[in-house]
Amino acid sequence: MQEFEYVAPTNLEDAIRLMAEKGPRAKALAGGTDVLVQLRGGRFQIDRLVDVKKIPELNELSCSETDGLTLGAAVPCCLVYEDPTIQKLYPGVVDSASLIGGIQIQGRATVGGNLCNAAPSGDTIPALIVQEATAIVAGPNGRRSIPVEDFCAGPGRNVLQEGEILVALHMPPPKPHFGANFLRFIPRNEMDIAIANSAASVLLDDSGQNIVSARIAIGSVAPTPVFARDAGNLLVGKEANEASIEEAAEATKKVATPINDMRGTIDQRIHLVGVLTKRALRTAISRAREG
Amino acid sequence: MADKIHVHSTINGTEVDFLCESRESLLEVLRDTLGMTGTKEGCNDGNCGACTIVLDGRIVDCCCVLGVEAEGKSILTIEGVASPEGLHPLQQAFLEEAALQCGICTPGFIVAAKSLLEREPDADEARIRHWLAGNLCRCTGYDKIIRAVLKAGEMINQGDGGRSSSAAGGVGAADSRDVYND
Repeated sequence: MQEFEYVAPTNLEDAIRLMAEKGPRAKALAGGTDVLVQLRGGRFQIDRLVDVKKIPELNELSCSETDGLTLGAAVPCCLVYEDPTIQKLYPGVVDSASLIGGIQIQGRATVGGNLCNAAPSGDTIPALIVQEATAIVAGPNGRRSIPVEDFCAGPGRNVLQEGEILVALHMPPPKPHFGANFLRFIPRNEMDIAIANSAASVLLDDSGQNIVSARIAIGSVAPTPVFARDAGNLLVGKEANEASIEEAAEATKKVATPINDMRGTIDQRIHLVGVLTKRALRTAISRAREG
Repeated sequence: MADKIHVHSTINGTEVDFLCESRESLLEVLRDTLGMTGTKEGCNDGNCGACTIVLDGRIVDCCCVLGVEAEGKSILTIEGVASPEGLHPLQQAFLEEAALQCGICTPGFIVAAKSLLEREPDADEARIRHWLAGNLCRCTGYDKIIRAVLKAGEMINQGDGGRSSSAAGGVGAADSRDVYND
C-alpha cells in the first residue's frame, strides 16, 4: 500500500482542519472496508488518512419517536440493525444495513461510509432516500444539510467539498401508518453487489387503505442511486392495491438508465427494478398497516 | 521508510506492543511483525474471510483494518482459540467431520463460527450458513463445515467441554466447560 500519514483526531474541528490542509490528498477513514481496499488498489493517491472513529459526534446513535434517528457517520452497520428501536421505526434502513457484505464487514462498515463511497449499487442509499434522510456535513465554512438524494454526484463521487466531513445522517420522526422496505437482487444468497436494488416507503391514512405519500428509490441502474420522485407521487391519494403498485413500478422502470456489464444486462436490470419495486411496495404497505 | 508508530493492544489475552507503518494492515502486522501466521491472507480485499479475527468482540476481516487502528483494542486470533488443555470444540469437530482440505480458510471459519456459537449456541443450519457467508472455501463445498459447526454447538450445549469420544482429554467435563465457554 502507498505511504500516507495516519491521524485520529478526537474532535470535529481538528478533523476538518486536518482534512482541509491536504485538500484532495486527504481521505476520511471510518470502517475502512472500501477506503483501504481502494488505497491498496491504487484508486487514488493521498498524503493523509483521517480516522474519524474517535470523534464523539460521529459515534452518535440516537433513535426516538420524538426526535427521529441520528446515525453518526462512524457507526458500524451491526449497531444499526441490532437496535430494537431502529428495527421498529426505520425498517428500510435495517433491511439495507443487514445486507451489506457479510458479518465481518457489517462489524466494521458504516452507513455513512456507504453513502460517501457513492457506488451506484450502494445498498443503504436508496433505503436512506425513502426514509427521507438528510446528510449533516461539517467543513471549513460551517455546517450544511444535504438531502441524501442530492449527495451522490457520479460513480464514486459525492458533493462533499475539500475539508468537509459527513458528521451524521438524520431521519425525521416516523409517522403512524408508515412502512418501508429495501430489496436487492444478487445471484448469490449473500455477499454480492446488487444487479438492481429498490427501496420503497409509504404513508397510509388512518384506514390503512389509502396512500398519503410514497417514496421510491432505486440503485445499480444509473451512475448514482436514483430517487424516483414522480413514481412515488403517482401513488398519492391512490388505494394501496396491486393496480397502484403496478403503475408505480412501471413508472419507476422508466427512470432506470442502466448499462450492460459483467453483472447484468440493461433489459435484465430494468425488469428486475420493476419486480423489486413492486415487492418493496407490498412489504412497505403491509409494514405500514402493522405500524 | 516512513516513521513507525507505537501500538499497544491485547492479543489473545496478552498485552502486546508493536511498531508499524501507518499503511500496514493489521493482517500484515499479525503475520509479518508478530509472526502469528495462523491468520491467513486470501483475497486481501474483504471478500473471503480467511483473515477473520475478533476485534473488541466483533469479527472483522483484518486485511481491512490498519495496524494502527488496533491501538487499545482487544484481539482474538486463531492462536487464542485452543486452550492449554486441548482443542476448542470447533477445532475438534472440524477434525472429526473432515471439514477442511487445503486448510487456508479454516482459521477464519473457526474464529467466525466461535463468535456465532458464543452468541447463539443453538444456531441452526440456516443461521450458520448466513453467519459464515463472509467466509469462502474453495475445497469442501461447505457441507462438512456446516456439519462441524452444528456438531460443535451440540458439544458446547452438552457441556462435554468439547471432547467427543474420540478425543478424550485429561480434563474433567466440568473444568473444561469453563475453559471453552469464556
